Amino acid sequence: MDDTQDLQNVQIELAMLAETVFRKYGYDFRDYSEAHLRRRIKHAMQKLNAPSISALQHEILYDKACFDLVLKELSINVTEMFRDPSFYRLLREEIIPTLKTYPFVKIWHAGCASGEEVYSMAILLKEEGLYDKAQIYATDFNARVLQQAKEAIFPIELIKEYTANYIAAGGRQDFSDYYTAAYDSIILSKSLRERIVFSDHNLATDTVFGEMHMVICRNVMIYFNQELQDRVVKLFADSLCYRGILCLGSKESLKFNANAALFEAISETEKVYKKTGRQ
Amino acid sequence: MHSSYQAIVVGTSAGGFNASQALLSGLAADLNAAVIVVQHLPKQANDSMISLLNEVSQLPVKEAEEKEPIRPGIVYLCPPDYHLLIEADRTFALSADPKVNYSRPSIDVLFESAAEVYRARLVGVVLTGANADGSAGLKIIKQYGGLAIVQDPGDAAYPEMPQAALDAVEVDTILPLAKIAGKLNSLIVATGKDHE
Ligand SMILES: C[S@@+](CC[C@H](N)C(=O)[O-])C[C@H]1O[C@@H](n2cnc3c(N)ncnc32)[C@H](O)[C@@H]1O
Repeated sequence: MDDTQDLQNVQIELAMLAETVFRKYGYDFRDYSEAHLRRRIKHAMQKLNAPSISALQHEILYDKACFDLVLKELSINVTEMFRDPSFYRLLREEIIPTLKTYPFVKIWHAGCASGEEVYSMAILLKEEGLYDKAQIYATDFNARVLQQAKEAIFPIELIKEYTANYIAAGGRQDFSDYYTAAYDSIILSKSLRERIVFSDHNLATDTVFGEMHMVICRNVMIYFNQELQDRVVKLFADSLCYRGILCLGSKESLKFNANAALFEAISETEKVYKKTGRQ
Repeated sequence: MHSSYQAIVVGTSAGGFNASQALLSGLAADLNAAVIVVQHLPKQANDSMISLLNEVSQLPVKEAEEKEPIRPGIVYLCPPDYHLLIEADRTFALSADPKVNYSRPSIDVLFESAAEVYRARLVGVVLTGANADGSAGLKIIKQYGGLAIVQDPGDAAYPEMPQAALDAVEVDTILPLAKIAGKLNSLIVATGKDHE
């Protein structure tokens, strides 16, 4: 069998595994990046000692515990507070002043993972005097990380990095004002949590999420294939008000997106976009 | 049947800037393969690095972008703090997955992903570095029938990484840095032109 056929077979097996997961358990990975699936499924195969993708597919179908492990393998929740400080600096200096002119601001964090990004936003809004008229919706399709996000407890060994990020992001206070340390963790202050609602939302299968002034979706779409990225960008456009703001991860862009025309760039470097009037 | 090489993946760490400069400056202007470089770098270093490399390289050097089609004759640098993966349709995919052996980007992650797609049409190159990243990936490149080239540890600013690759893999060629570009030029030219 020649090379290209081998690769094609892998693609077919992956697609069938994704189909099985969708039909049996309702999680839709069918339009995820194939390279990403290949890597994560290979990991799962090694962990479960499955000799082939098809064998793993069979196990998933008949064994819920096996599916749970694969699901865990497929959800990457790596995040940090004030990740990419220059992004938060731009929000502080250029976006928030405009948002402040509105009587009320609705913000959606899609794919918020364990909440670090959302709490960074809460701190920023507080310092800029916008928090009290803001409502933040934070969503993810992973129930486990949403629970962690609600608890707002983070390992203490990360504080050094987060503090450095906070300062680089233009923080105005002492970062330690925002948390209490207890043993090997910190808990963020309650006041940061007041205006945040966490809920379950799947970008691949669920629909529009209210009328937002700003949508933040960072390092989530890189796990999607182009079709799903196109669909999700449309979903964001439909969830935003006129001139609403869309923020992507620092290595994501609308460059190859079919719905790029729905937005114009405010900052190409920080991947901050504004919805245009066009449909 | 001997197949022509379509992509060259290069991994380097400590000492990597000088090594990449030396390698890229020697690559032929009509090299008919994509060159994809992973270098362990501090988060913000890529832009200046790219402009410096463009000064010495005859091939255009740019950062690999999410979903960008991979084309021959271009040198792509992996962005810092992301892993770089290759899609079957020969576009790039970035990943924010956890670090692998303390590294993101990880040379192993790129090498493995590229091997799964390019198979026997891939050349893997491991240069100077002070860790063992790249050996596992180079091994996979060999398993898929690709070619493995390693910088002679005695010639490397930091010998650990090439040495680890030699310990782990039955490599095809061991060369001093100054000879690697010439080897790649001759490999690609010798078999070139008849892609697909
Ligand atoms: C790498 S994390 C990014 C976290 C954070 N936004 C950041 O940039 O630091 C990706 C998150 O996207 C979530 N995710 C992946 N697919 C999703 C989907 N279809 N719908 C909603 N969330 C999804 C994952 O559960 C994970 O928490």
